[in-house]
Amino acid sequence: MKRIVILGAGTAGTMMANHLNHELKRADWEIDIIDEREEHYYQPGYLFLPFDIYEPEDIVKTIDEFIPKGVRLVKGKIDRVQPDNNHVLMADGRVMNYDILIIATGAKIAPEETPGMLGEEWHKTVFDFYTFEGALNLRNKLRTWEGGKLVVHITEMPIKCPVAPLEFAFLADSYFQNKNMRDKVEITFVTPLSGAFTKPKATEALDHLLQDKHIKIESDFAIESVDQENKKIIDYGGREISYDLLVTVPTNKGDEVIERSGLGDDLNFIPTNKGSLQSLANKNIFVIGDASNIPASKAGSVAHFEAEILTENIKRYIHDEPLKEEFDGHANCFIETGHGKALLIDFNYSHEPVEGTFPFPGVGPLRLLKESRMNHMGKLAFRWIYWNMLLKGTHIPFVSATMQEAGKEF
Amino acid sequence: MEKMIAGKTIAVNEEGYLTDFSQWDKAVAEEIAKENNVELTPRHWEVISYLQGEHKNQVALSIRKIGKSNVVDIKEFYALFPNGPLKISTKIAGIPKPASCL
Repeated sequence: MKRIVILGAGTAGTMMANHLNHELKRADWEIDIIDEREEHYYQPGYLFLPFDIYEPEDIVKTIDEFIPKGVRLVKGKIDRVQPDNNHVLMADGRVMNYDILIIATGAKIAPEETPGMLGEEWHKTVFDFYTFEGALNLRNKLRTWEGGKLVVHITEMPIKCPVAPLEFAFLADSYFQNKNMRDKVEITFVTPLSGAFTKPKATEALDHLLQDKHIKIESDFAIESVDQENKKIIDYGGREISYDLLVTVPTNKGDEVIERSGLGDDLNFIPTNKGSLQSLANKNIFVIGDASNIPASKAGSVAHFEAEILTENIKRYIHDEPLKEEFDGHANCFIETGHGKALLIDFNYSHEPVEGTFPFPGVGPLRLLKESRMNHMGKLAFRWIYWNMLLKGTHIPFVSATMQEAGKEF
Repeated sequence: MEKMIAGKTIAVNEEGYLTDFSQWDKAVAEEIAKENNVELTPRHWEVISYLQGEHKNQVALSIRKIGKSNVVDIKEFYALFPNGPLKISTKIAGIPKPASCL
């Protein structure tokens, strides 16, 4: 009996548990998945929680209910991986050996990386919305906030879901309009990038939307520190931006277990082959989702596409066949733009998001890079798809793992 | 695209980054620096040569990585190449704009 161990039962790890449970001969393979948490959070919901669009119960379920019966869920804290002897050491002293290791430990915020961010005012006037607590505390703050300068801020790239901060700014515009207080709120979007997004054509469309919604953009801002006392953020060039309410996306890092295991780069992301998802250092270690350093977006859709390709590669690895270097960086993201509308973008390593139709070339029904109500309905429907299809590893009809070029206006 | 820089025809992309590093020389760097209001000092050249070395070794450049390089700290990097030091310094160095951002 051989053993596959999956580290992390988040989006990517759970999908892999379900895929492998279907695909591997269970007489030959035991599959274990390790996580210390009890809850599985629907992370895209963190965007909606602050604006009272979702309730906490919409976005949290237990980890157990998504792990198939044939897979053993091991609860506990991981101390480190010892790749030289194929061991995972648990904090309580247990040792688990593996033949194949799949790392899906994700990424999380590290506000301690920016001096002054984690001060007295953390979750009082300075908030993140990348954690459940942050999003919930921010909701409570917004319910009674009387207005002023709202600064939505990205610390440094890469971050999970690179469009989420923009969506937050758009939804804030919508939210304050609905509360009849838009004139009391000045919204500024502060980014280390040179524009609204990382890809030129989408940036053009999004810069335009920011203008329409009277959201000011401050670009090329590399934060050095937060001055909570005087309520301002300061960059390395000495530029200062004042706020009354700061909503920041702190530095994102891979899990500390990666650092303890000596497997990561300076942000604890694991050097990984971007086509095959095999780790560069160890042939029997594979990396999926936000934990890797591949140049794709850190997003659930990316993990979903990766999972289909990684499952194939695990089977090839087991049968001593060459791995497919097939992953193309495919990402597919809805971008909420407020007032019940959304954009949709579909892109990969080599093609930036462009206009077109999705998923049926020339038909749609979803339009790429254009605001529509249909796209917004798609985003809301996605929560159901996530809980009921995505985590279970069910293929989503008509949406292929690699990006489709037809129906796009390159 | 092509552009006349320092009396030579140089291949550049839409944003003005060199697409063929073999066409780069110090005169080209001086002129791109001038366009970006940067006057090159010996310190600038040290940073430029570090960036070119990293690029040659296929290291993805980021502000964070440069801050930990022991060549220059982030504060000085900003002082040398004000307003977006990474994109300005790489343009002067004749290497691609870092795609560290996704």
